[in-house]
Amino acid sequence: MTDTTVLDTLRRAVPAASLEAGSATDMPTLYVDRDHIVDVCRVLRDAPSLQFALLVEVTSVDLLPAEPRFEVVYHLACLGEAYGHAPARRLRLKVRVTAADPRVSTVTSIYPGAGWPEREVYDLMGITFDGHADLRRILTPDDWQGHPLRKDYPVQVRKDAASWSPLQLTPEEFAANVRSAQMQADKAAGKK
Amino acid sequence: MTVNMGPQHPSTHGVLNIVLELDGETIVSADPTVGFLHTGIEKTAEQKKWQQIIPLVERMDYLGPQSNSLSFCLSVERLMGLEASMPDRVTYIRVLIAELQRLSSHLVWLGTHGMEIGAISVMMYCFREREQLLNLNEMLAGFRMFPSYIRIGGLREDLPRGFHEAVTEFLDKFPGKLDEYEKLLTKNQVWTKRTVGVGYLSKEETIAMGLVGPIARAVGVPYDVRKVFPYLKYETFDFKVPTATDGDVFARYTVKMEEMRQSVKLCREALSRISKTGVYDCGDYRYVPPPKDRVYTEMEALIQHFLLYSQGFNVPKGECYVPVEGPRGEHGFYIVSDGGNRPVRIKARAPSFFAVQGLSKLIIGGLIADVIAVIGSTDVVMGDVDR
Repeated sequence: MTDTTVLDTLRRAVPAASLEAGSATDMPTLYVDRDHIVDVCRVLRDAPSLQFALLVEVTSVDLLPAEPRFEVVYHLACLGEAYGHAPARRLRLKVRVTAADPRVSTVTSIYPGAGWPEREVYDLMGITFDGHADLRRILTPDDWQGHPLRKDYPVQVRKDAASWSPLQLTPEEFAANVRSAQMQADKAAGKK
Repeated sequence: MTVNMGPQHPSTHGVLNIVLELDGETIVSADPTVGFLHTGIEKTAEQKKWQQIIPLVERMDYLGPQSNSLSFCLSVERLMGLEASMPDRVTYIRVLIAELQRLSSHLVWLGTHGMEIGAISVMMYCFREREQLLNLNEMLAGFRMFPSYIRIGGLREDLPRGFHEAVTEFLDKFPGKLDEYEKLLTKNQVWTKRTVGVGYLSKEETIAMGLVGPIARAVGVPYDVRKVFPYLKYETFDFKVPTATDGDVFARYTVKMEEMRQSVKLCREALSRISKTGVYDCGDYRYVPPPKDRVYTEMEALIQHFLLYSQGFNVPKGECYVPVEGPRGEHGFYIVSDGGNRPVRIKARAPSFFAVQGLSKLIIGGLIADVIAVIGSTDVVMGDVDR
């Protein structure tokens, strides 16, 4: 694996970041510290020799009882000749996150496609992404308690999701609502 | 005006809810809401032994079930170091299954896509051929939708008698059927008026949003995992990656139609390399059950069989991600093992999840009637999105 070119380029471009090579066998893996993940991603995407244009996936692992407890995992791919000129390869970035302060900066400014995967990590693992424009729950209902993929979350739990209630309107309220919508429409038509 | 499209809308491929903000008929903003089908498969899988997970993951992308189990098995096998000992026959059978799966998935896509735009008869035609593919699944495994035929370490059993003939018969007929579909659609004015120039996304935005597979190929990015990061010896097969440049609904349609032709070619080549009977697993009885005739006659085989089905096997500590080119794009499983017989974490890279995320970019600025055409062209499967 020609891990060294990636590592060298990154060390030169982001000298402040602490980078540490991981030991995975399927693709080069880099541990990045929490404060520099956005800078590292920017270099990986933009450096002409790297061109990791595709963010494949953002996910997370709960390593309870180890500390730091969480790892946020980013899979990147350079598509080779299909999109750019750098050789096709894959890269895994990891950010260690502690249980006491589960926060990472969002990479949506570099890879807009990270928006939903980060929401999923927040929803299921409870890791917050700073600067994310729309960090809501995505797979579970909005009022769900807890983060199901955490290891300390029970597997079989029966719970009614009170995610909605039937619309309760008196006939008067309903009529007033229709009237106001009509008035707004008339106003808009008058403007035109 | 705000319009709630879905989750009961017939054309949203399952249960997808999109909150559309309209100005007249033009879409100003769109907010897709997903999660209605979330069943926590990833959490459930953490409680299961490795080989018990295969039927679970097949239910994620339920139109391409064996591309789920294939990518899962490839990841686990890479982590276990079983790749080198995998016989060629198993690899080629997997290629054949993966390509038949692609045909079957694309047929559902074409049928429903056509139906949504108003070409109802296309659906009847496509489901006729898909029925034959499901019959092939039934022949293989006795189960039409979720065969669980691909296992860690090989396949569940040998090919059934008459399988070669059945596949050949299908492959002989199918290209003619494809011509039939094209005759119905490609030059059909109603079809082209609904699809040409609709739902365009630029090359840069497509890649930035993580949209790969047919959507990226329709905008001129010839990225196909089978070519760029080959697995299953795809590099020894002769096939082309069809691309288009327009990036609209019609371009996605042409790309997928050509993909089906290429898949037929791949199926033929794979079939010609597979002997009618032979090995069907890696032969390492620590991971795959011994053949039944040995289980019934030998003590050691019986013990091994019992161990495998009661305790499973251990997968070395580590992590792995091996993607495959599923019917909807790059599809893979990130798996983490602590060295035990159950995974610490599995995570599917679901192409449909990214497609639904990108959906709002595709439909904003378009007409509300085109939303249906665009959703159809992205070929999202909600089981894959929500998992």
